[in-house]
Amino acid sequence: MLDHKKDYKAWLYLAIPLALLSIFTFYPLIKTVLISLFSQYNPLTDNMGRFFDLEAYVVLFRDRFFINALKNTMVLVFVSVPVSTVLALFIAVGLNSIKALQRIFQTIFFLPYVTNTLAIGMVFSVMFSHPLIGGIAPEGLINTLFELSIDWVGITATYEHWMMVVLIYTIWAALPFKILVFIGGLQNISKQYYDAAKVDATPKRRVLTRITVPLLSPIISYVLITSFIGAFKAYESVLAVVGTVGRTLDRNRWTAVAYVYDKIGIAGMDSNYVSYYSRGAAAAVVLFLIILVFTFINLYVSKKRVHY
Amino acid sequence: MNILTLNGNYNDNAKLKAQKTALAFGKFGTYLFLAIMAFVVIVPFYWMLNVSFQSNNEVLNSLNLSLFPKVFSPQNYVNVFFYSSASQGNISFLRYLLNTGIVAFFSTIGGTLFSILVAFALARLNFKGRETIFAILLATMMIPGEMMVISNYITVSRFGWVNADNAGSYLAMIIPFLVSIFHIYLLRQTFRQIPNELYYAAKVDGCGDFKYLWTVMVPMAKSSVVTILILKLMGTWNAYIWPDIVANEKFKLVTTWLRSSFVDSAETGSGRVLLNYQMAATVIVTVPLLLLFVFFRNYIMSGVSRSGVKG
Repeated sequence: MLDHKKDYKAWLYLAIPLALLSIFTFYPLIKTVLISLFSQYNPLTDNMGRFFDLEAYVVLFRDRFFINALKNTMVLVFVSVPVSTVLALFIAVGLNSIKALQRIFQTIFFLPYVTNTLAIGMVFSVMFSHPLIGGIAPEGLINTLFELSIDWVGITATYEHWMMVVLIYTIWAALPFKILVFIGGLQNISKQYYDAAKVDATPKRRVLTRITVPLLSPIISYVLITSFIGAFKAYESVLAVVGTVGRTLDRNRWTAVAYVYDKIGIAGMDSNYVSYYSRGAAAAVVLFLIILVFTFINLYVSKKRVHY
Repeated sequence: MNILTLNGNYNDNAKLKAQKTALAFGKFGTYLFLAIMAFVVIVPFYWMLNVSFQSNNEVLNSLNLSLFPKVFSPQNYVNVFFYSSASQGNISFLRYLLNTGIVAFFSTIGGTLFSILVAFALARLNFKGRETIFAILLATMMIPGEMMVISNYITVSRFGWVNADNAGSYLAMIIPFLVSIFHIYLLRQTFRQIPNELYYAAKVDGCGDFKYLWTVMVPMAKSSVVTILILKLMGTWNAYIWPDIVANEKFKLVTTWLRSSFVDSAETGSGRVLLNYQMAATVIVTVPLLLLFVFFRNYIMSGVSRSGVKG
């Protein structure tokens, strides 16, 4: 059936979308790598400059705000992903084992997904609010309930405090997707395994660790990979919870993505004669490489550990 | 089993009884756990509504935010609807809504159309280079969008679209993200499930490729197409950082409005944040999404479980 004479017809379907993808996806990929390597790139004239070196990367790793941003991102990734995955697994197993009220619970647990990251982040911010000067603004829900007077998310909040709130919000927002996927996976597990376990009077915990989790392992690894990638790209959630008006976010609270966005629109060079754009591009490349490595580790581990 | 037959009486068996109680406790535990988690999920929604209905006096002059509005003030919603601050060019919600509507319309229609065309070519047509293109698309799908952001900003600013006081701002928000590789991939998978026989039958009847696509394939893949439409729509409604960076003040989207300061300077001059206005704004942004969910629950859920990413 291969009839290459009519190839041009297929290209008519592809022409515009592929042109757009070339301009806004393929070309910028290469260009970002180039900008990161030409450390004196000039964004105004789009001139790459004369220096093809790793200076932007050197300066990047000497920038304490970038190191800090990486640290924040890592904390977010390695706390929120495991915690939300385990919680979601328990919730999904629980949901799958009940009959009454199942649909209501399922709807409730899906609600965080159909919301706006910024909007609910701001709600969390208000829940944890605290007046800078006593009495000028009211205490939020958490401080009121537990009779505290802690600045959780304001400008005087300590690292532990604001990070905790961001983590709680991230976990809260990450649950619905995971629960949904887990439930789909659970429903595909054949009932006969559980019937066999029932005949043998297997304790519930053993059923979970010996039947459910192994049979769900491909799904778990899929969830882990997608949520690791998602968590590495965290920015809006942090901005919404611990930022102030608009896009203003304290430099100490940056994530890796926040660092990249911060460099957009700053023309010129820093004190090391490295273009801000080159530094931002280098940060984007570093982030990409980290995500790539983690995805491969995940794939490798899941290949070894995933049951069947 | 031996004990059972020896004792004969099933109900008197102590071991079984213990097992039954354990089971009942297990059920109770399950419901308790689910109820607690559901409560945690709902609290922010409750808090958003609660604060949004409190009066200005309450959010400005009390020591603690109360669990219920003391003075029920739906007026907040009207005020926030017409709220505008000088720092954001005196633009009110309606203008932001119009901007979002325009961007959403073109990116949803255009994006879905292009996804359909590409997916059709990749799934149904035979041409040289098809597998190569598909492989390139798959490889790019894994790459985070942050990799492209810096270069795309330079591109759109060289087109003169950044901060443009004209339709350029719209273009800067629509064009770079118009074609989504993930959506192409999703549709291609659906298209491939449609049997080849239909295509050949249509060919015999003199039906061209284009007509076949629109009269047979798209209707058959309706659910995937609707899923893509909804994901695109939600994506635009939630888009914030890129639009906020590239668009001119007058062309920004509702998310920018959501992040505006909402201070009371208009009323008392002290410039304190009005949490009730802020929360009313979050409700206004959240409700359309919840409505979309109510009406298109299954489409959204199937899209989510296949994507893992928002928008």
